[in-house]
Amino acid sequence: MAETNFKIWRGDADGGDFQEYSTEVTEGMVVLDAVHQIQAESANDLACRWNCKAGKCGSCSAEVNGVPKLMCMTRLNDLPLDQGVNIQPMKTFPVIKDLTCDVSWNYRVKKRIKPFKPRKPDNEDGTWNINQDDIDRVQEFRKCIECFLCQDVCHVLREHQLHEEFIGPRALVYTAALEMHPLDTEDRLEDLKKADGIGYCNITKCCTHVCPEEITITDNAIIPLKERVVDRFYDPLVRLFNKLFGS
Amino acid sequence: MTEHEIFEHDVLVIGAGGAGLRAAIEASATGLRVGLVCKSMLGKAHTVMAEGGVAAALANVDDRDNWRVHFSDTMRGGQYINNWRMAEIHAKEAPERVRELEAWGAVFDRTKDGKILQRNFGGHKYPRLAHVGDRTGLEMIRTLQDHGIHQGIDVHMEVTVVLLLKDGNRVSGAVAYDRERGRFRVFHSKAVVLATGGIGRAFEITSNSWEYTGDGHSLAYHAGADLIDMEFIQFHPTGMVWPPSVRGILVTEGVRGEGGILQNSEGKRFMFEDIPDNYKDQTAAGPEEGWRYVLGDKEANRPPELLTRDHVARCIVREIKEGRGSPHGGVFLDIAWIKEKMKNAKDHIKKKLPSMYHQFKQLADIDITKEPMEVGPTTHYVMGGVRVDGDTQMSTVPGLFACGESGAGINGANRLGGNSLSDLLVLGKRAGEYAAKYASENGETSINNEEVEAAKLEALAPFDRQCDCSDGTYQIQYALQKSMQSQVGIVRKGDEMEKALEDIADLKQKAATVGVIGNREYNPGWHTALDLKSLLTVSEAVALSAIERKESRGAQFREDYQDKSEEWAKYNNVVRRGPDGSMQIERIPIPEMPQELQDIIKEMG
Ligand SMILES: Cc1cc2nc3c(=O)[nH]c(=O)nc-3n(C[C@H](O)[C@H](O)[C@H](O)COP(=O)(O)OP(=O)(O)OC[C@H]3O[C@@H](n4cnc5c(N)ncnc54)[C@H](O)[C@@H]3O)c2cc1C
Ligand code: SF4
Ligand code: SF4
Ligand code: FES
Repeated sequence: MAETNFKIWRGDADGGDFQEYSTEVTEGMVVLDAVHQIQAESANDLACRWNCKAGKCGSCSAEVNGVPKLMCMTRLNDLPLDQGVNIQPMKTFPVIKDLTCDVSWNYRVKKRIKPFKPRKPDNEDGTWNINQDDIDRVQEFRKCIECFLCQDVCHVLREHQLHEEFIGPRALVYTAALEMHPLDTEDRLEDLKKADGIGYCNITKCCTHVCPEEITITDNAIIPLKERVVDRFYDPLVRLFNKLFGS
Repeated sequence: MTEHEIFEHDVLVIGAGGAGLRAAIEASATGLRVGLVCKSMLGKAHTVMAEGGVAAALANVDDRDNWRVHFSDTMRGGQYINNWRMAEIHAKEAPERVRELEAWGAVFDRTKDGKILQRNFGGHKYPRLAHVGDRTGLEMIRTLQDHGIHQGIDVHMEVTVVLLLKDGNRVSGAVAYDRERGRFRVFHSKAVVLATGGIGRAFEITSNSWEYTGDGHSLAYHAGADLIDMEFIQFHPTGMVWPPSVRGILVTEGVRGEGGILQNSEGKRFMFEDIPDNYKDQTAAGPEEGWRYVLGDKEANRPPELLTRDHVARCIVREIKEGRGSPHGGVFLDIAWIKEKMKNAKDHIKKKLPSMYHQFKQLADIDITKEPMEVGPTTHYVMGGVRVDGDTQMSTVPGLFACGESGAGINGANRLGGNSLSDLLVLGKRAGEYAAKYASENGETSINNEEVEAAKLEALAPFDRQCDCSDGTYQIQYALQKSMQSQVGIVRKGDEMEKALEDIADLKQKAATVGVIGNREYNPGWHTALDLKSLLTVSEAVALSAIERKESRGAQFREDYQDKSEEWAKYNNVVRRGPDGSMQIERIPIPEMPQELQDIIKEMG
């Protein structure tokens, strides 16, 4: 392969613009490699986050040719290089500098969610017995690497900026992992309905499509939570029926 | 004068990986004010990358396991120069620390009867690693993080500490800058816990991230603390080798634990040809016995692929050097072959090693359920670190504690896989506990403002210098990495290491005059320039210690001294800053092991 053009967004909270760079692309390179190469060759102060370079830490999120991606898992030979590659920070969060943005909102939202509260241990040595079948679903959710790409793509946050009203898909996956944890005894349904704004999600599934961990966010986490909320709060007839006829 | 903000804590924990989080949780449980500082965001530390599992003698899969076997495995792996007290505490307390994680929400894979499942790993006699597929570290760090955020700990994310402050002999806080804005923070505290992880960035091929520049080692050293065992760097036998951009990325030992075999270009399973004497009676006689071991047959011994990492790495290097390597300079690691033995092999591999499957598919276009991987050694872990007391984790500087990868002693000359995640928990907890105790038993400290101002000036100096982007801080780092990789790597020689020391001296001068462009806001060029000091300090400590130890033991292999020496079995190397500011090295005798522990080692053979 050869010299390739990259347009990288440079700037900070006060504004910025795309700048052009060109660097040599060799076999197997990912977008993050190109960013690092440019950083080392001609832009020492180009800001980007990364840690693992293997899709495990969720640090290197950005938008590559307009699509939310982990830069370390996006192969350059999967992109149309003749047209150049566009790289910019996630749009849903305030930019700090260049490719880094302020994702602290996600950390604040998580802190608000009621933590894990286990039932009493099953055994005298303080342990529990859990079947693998009962945790397969929770383990799917716990694969989350907190890359926040799903938050980035969700239109409720991205277009409507409803950060105060809606906790977003990542935080819903987190809540689902707690709610479906076989040992957990906490009740988060009222919060889901009110403070967490689960009703804002209209099941577009964009979050599921971008998740690098292939978590089935909408079908496996959000919809079941919505059902639980509906069962509790919106269906007195069903509840009455169940009570009378004991289904 | 540049401004700074002051933060008051009783205990300051530097590093938010498994060790730092566990220490902070423990210290804050005493009601003290605890601050937690990390270079990356919370949950992104190295611990998140750990794959295979956490070692603890829970005896859920094999009831013959207990702390005594774990202790003896750890000492054998470390070639008996470990701090035996730490190894003892670690083996005893690991099960409780792992079970505690479950109470905080961790969801480990299960046995059929509903207990925490355990897998085989190199050097562990019985299946001992509690795990979640091949993403155990993620499970651990997330559990600690999600528990920790509700304990009233003050978290400072993306903040880098550049200096430890002292009040007389005692540590009294730290100077740091925030990466986002480049503003300074001064932490004033009664005790400090270092949990900053490793030094892998000093080498060219590594499984480690940009964070691993040995900051904690260097901070402690400059504060007058002893570093110990710095010659022992673990080269993990299996890193990716192709394509070039992923070179060094880890391939978990879990692959071999699940039955993966190593082959050379002639298709030979070469590990069977070189089994060290002290492991002969624990190793399978042939492939058939090895496979039975993988399936859990208690009568069978483990396959030679699961010998300790130092040995497997050297065998791989030998195959490559002697021309039996794979096309891209590695050897073959094959897990796909188990389809001969198992009907549902494909699903099994994907279930047990999901992130390996993903990693190879996406980054190397290889389907590991169908074809072998190409692998070779990668710099992975540092056994050496801050010398601490075995019970309390306190360093030789009063009030300064260390744990996790930045602490040292427990691993001796070689760490067993899985023993790091357990050591983070056990020794992290202890560091937090004793730091809190120290903070409550000792009075206030004061901060020396001159030191603070000097540190700030030093940190800002690169902005005043000329900068050439294409011959600047990154190039100094690359030059150091090349020098260390080729001269202080897996196979070492005295004269080459002397040359590396000269390189380090040169690069120190260059680093002292390097300039950076841009401003203080999120400026990786500047951050890298500041990290150079740590990298150069630890590199010097590694080379110096490796030259001094004139023998081959564990992770250190010297071509000029190929045998283990009885004399060196009695000593650890300690490095400290001398009165004239130069690095000094001293051999210290290993204290005699209590009879009770000696008996355990004898009994286990
Ligand atoms: C790919 C991979 C797989 C692994 N698999 C396993 C395994 O299966 N089992 C096992 O037991 N071990 C494994 N290890 C080793 C193990 O993961 C690490 O040794 C361990 O996680 C280190 O934890 P720690 O808490 O000491 O440090 P880390 O988790 O690395 O955390 C270090 C912290 O210190 C902070 N820090 C560093 N310098 C500064 C500074 N100057 N100022 C402020 N903060 C600072 C960092 O930001 C970070 O928060 C693996 C390692 C790797 C790389
Ligand atoms: S499915 Fe719901 S949470 Fe996901 S992107 Fe669409 S609206 Fe957002
Ligand atoms: S759910 Fe998926 S996309 Fe969302 S933060 Fe987690 S890993 Fe990223
Ligand atoms: S660097 Fe860790 S996910 Fe990309």
